[in-house]
Amino acid sequence: MASWWKYGVIVLLLIAAALVPQALPTFWISIATEVLIYGLLAMSVNFLGGYGGLVSLGHAGLFGISAYTVGYLVTRMGVNHYVAFLAGILLTLAVGAIFGGVAIRATGIYFLMITYAEGMVVWGLAYRWAKVTGAENGIRGITRPELFTKGWQYYYVVLVIFVLTIYLMWRVLNSSFGLTLRGIRECEPRMAALGYNVQVHKFLGYMWSAFFAGIAGGLYAYYNRFVSPSTVQLSVSSESVLMMVLGGVGTFFGPLLGSLIIIVGRNMISLYTARWPIIMGTIFVLTVLLAPKGIIGTLSAWWEQRKKVSAGVVEIVEASARKEVGAEGEVRVGTESQS
Amino acid sequence: MKSRWQIIVAVLTVMVLLAGCGGQPATSVPAATQAPAQAATQAPTQAPTEAPTQAPAKGPIKIGVLAPLTGTFAANGQDMVKGFQMYWEEVGNKCAGREVQLFIEDTAGEPDVGLNKARLLVEQRQVHMLVGVQKANVGLAVAEYVKTTGTPFFIPVTAADDLTQRNRIPNVIRLAGWSSSSTTHPLGEWAATKKGYKTVVTIAEDYAFGHESVGGFVNTFTDNGGKLLAAIWHPLGNMDFSPYLSQIDNYKPDVVFTQESGGDAVRFLKAWHDMGYDKKYPLLGQQTLTDQSNLRGMGDEALGVITAGHFAEGRDAPETKAFVEKFEKRYGELPSYYAADMYTAAHWLDVAMQKINGNVEDQELLLKTVRETEIPETPMGPVKLDEYGGTIFNVYLRQVEKRPDGKLWNVVIETFPNVSQFYKYNPEEYLKQPVYSRDYLGENWP
Repeated sequence: MASWWKYGVIVLLLIAAALVPQALPTFWISIATEVLIYGLLAMSVNFLGGYGGLVSLGHAGLFGISAYTVGYLVTRMGVNHYVAFLAGILLTLAVGAIFGGVAIRATGIYFLMITYAEGMVVWGLAYRWAKVTGAENGIRGITRPELFTKGWQYYYVVLVIFVLTIYLMWRVLNSSFGLTLRGIRECEPRMAALGYNVQVHKFLGYMWSAFFAGIAGGLYAYYNRFVSPSTVQLSVSSESVLMMVLGGVGTFFGPLLGSLIIIVGRNMISLYTARWPIIMGTIFVLTVLLAPKGIIGTLSAWWEQRKKVSAGVVEIVEASARKEVGAEGEVRVGTESQS
Repeated sequence: MKSRWQIIVAVLTVMVLLAGCGGQPATSVPAATQAPAQAATQAPTQAPTEAPTQAPAKGPIKIGVLAPLTGTFAANGQDMVKGFQMYWEEVGNKCAGREVQLFIEDTAGEPDVGLNKARLLVEQRQVHMLVGVQKANVGLAVAEYVKTTGTPFFIPVTAADDLTQRNRIPNVIRLAGWSSSSTTHPLGEWAATKKGYKTVVTIAEDYAFGHESVGGFVNTFTDNGGKLLAAIWHPLGNMDFSPYLSQIDNYKPDVVFTQESGGDAVRFLKAWHDMGYDKKYPLLGQQTLTDQSNLRGMGDEALGVITAGHFAEGRDAPETKAFVEKFEKRYGELPSYYAADMYTAAHWLDVAMQKINGNVEDQELLLKTVRETEIPETPMGPVKLDEYGGTIFNVYLRQVEKRPDGKLWNVVIETFPNVSQFYKYNPEEYLKQPVYSRDYLGENWP
């Protein structure tokens, strides 16, 4: 019943996103591209952290492996762009298999620390393995595929890939696998007791997340045309976690909203003051204090609450109209609220 | 409910206060920091989307300045802005009848931030040219970007050799700038021929700037009969130099060459002095070792240290003296080479833009005129450009001395006139070699 307006909102958003290059000057088109790419990275963090309960601080590493692979293959080996893009994702998956295999043995803060260390390993390689990564100077001169060299053309490429990817993500999250993942987040021992192989599910969850981060990394390499250690540093990982927290942990579109607010905010605020990190920090403190569920989390909780109340009223009114006792109505309200 | 609102009001108040402070560190220069705010207030009224269709040669000349104003390199970045602003203030922020507007943006020393700010300046602010950038990786990232837009990009401070050598880009010019090995080439030759040193151990920071500085020294030193005994590399931001210094004793060299910058330079000289190495081996250095930005925090351990640089604040020439005096009066400290380079670049741009009557909209004409402009006297000495976009300047052999008022500064003990980035080598032959790195220090070439 309630889904038609949700689809309506999504269609409206898509139309708005498609109109961005017509409506905005070039600089803001590149900002919009950045919002989508970092939004995808934050959504991949959310896939694992919001739905699987495993918050990772190492996703910049996965993101960076893909970006560096694309950069290296395109600039040094002259590999076809599409092949390089796929190779970037495949290598991210291969490294993700090792990283994930190690990390999923732990949970909570320990998982966070292991993924943090893994992210730093990639950063260290980027910084020291000069022959491949160009060390501090990074890899420059990444060209875009011929059809998509202009900023607005590349924006559409990113938009299409973004939409397809998050559609896939949506399907995965609503499959039985996604539900199992959420079950593990809620209560791991119970899922194990029900006969689910928890470790395998966590590992696959990590791999899906690495896959999405890899796509974001490849898109970033073509967007920025330049990859350096600052692409894979800790602040990229922590910023993607902050985007997730700001938008709402475990909400599908929350991280995208977080990405929008952080990236647009940073670019707007830094026009007026060099102290934008303080203002950003203040926004985070406010979020944690006032809306710990994030923006979308808080809004939808409020919406649910309102719906529940009105639904409850209707139930009670109907019940009393049918001259039934209030108790039954209350029971119905109760079941409603649990769904 | 009430307490929640109190929090909101409190936090908002703090935010407004912070934003109102202009977002500047209390110690920073007022002039350097007013500009972004001023720029910000002007921008919205200019309707950036319509700018390209407007008739040229009207309105202000817009110059985008990129420098690290926060982060590890903030002190250098602020010196850059000071030098650049001081010149334009002197000429009343005017050139060829047009107002000169500076848009100062902070790169934070990060390539991604710098690249983003360059996009902002070019696409949103519609600047006519970009000037600045300190670190090599930021410079390389921005250079790659302006390759696609054609915006003239002047790099007075970024020293990475290849920006005007193997990977040069026509619209990127090292205006009043230097490449890492340009100062150490003459120094290596001088050490071998004038001083007669036969053996050297080098100790430097393990990154491109260190590799290129050492490569320049070793290349000319070995060409003139010298021998490299060992090249010692240490990570950036090294805290303890004793393990590296003690290695020198294994080789007993005639001379030690070092490249250090920032905090490393301060710690290196302290260790060098405290461990008694200043009495054991002569020391030669890249100019960053005793640049004024570091000397301000040093004591007597720096006295007598010899370095090669393209600027010496103690140089006995009227232009240098006048610049140093003005800078000291304005900011209360001696200028570093960061300030001198940016000041000279501003001067250079001013002369070139006057020649073309302020027609900066014609990028080709601007670049061509800048290339053809020679300035016989600047705080750096005479300057002109070579055909690769590198500046030909004097390299000074400098020694640290104490002024009567107790401040340390670099005075000139010898001048190598008109040094190009290729020194005495044939540019074409030189460019066939790889750029200096840990694996290639030019020992066996030519």
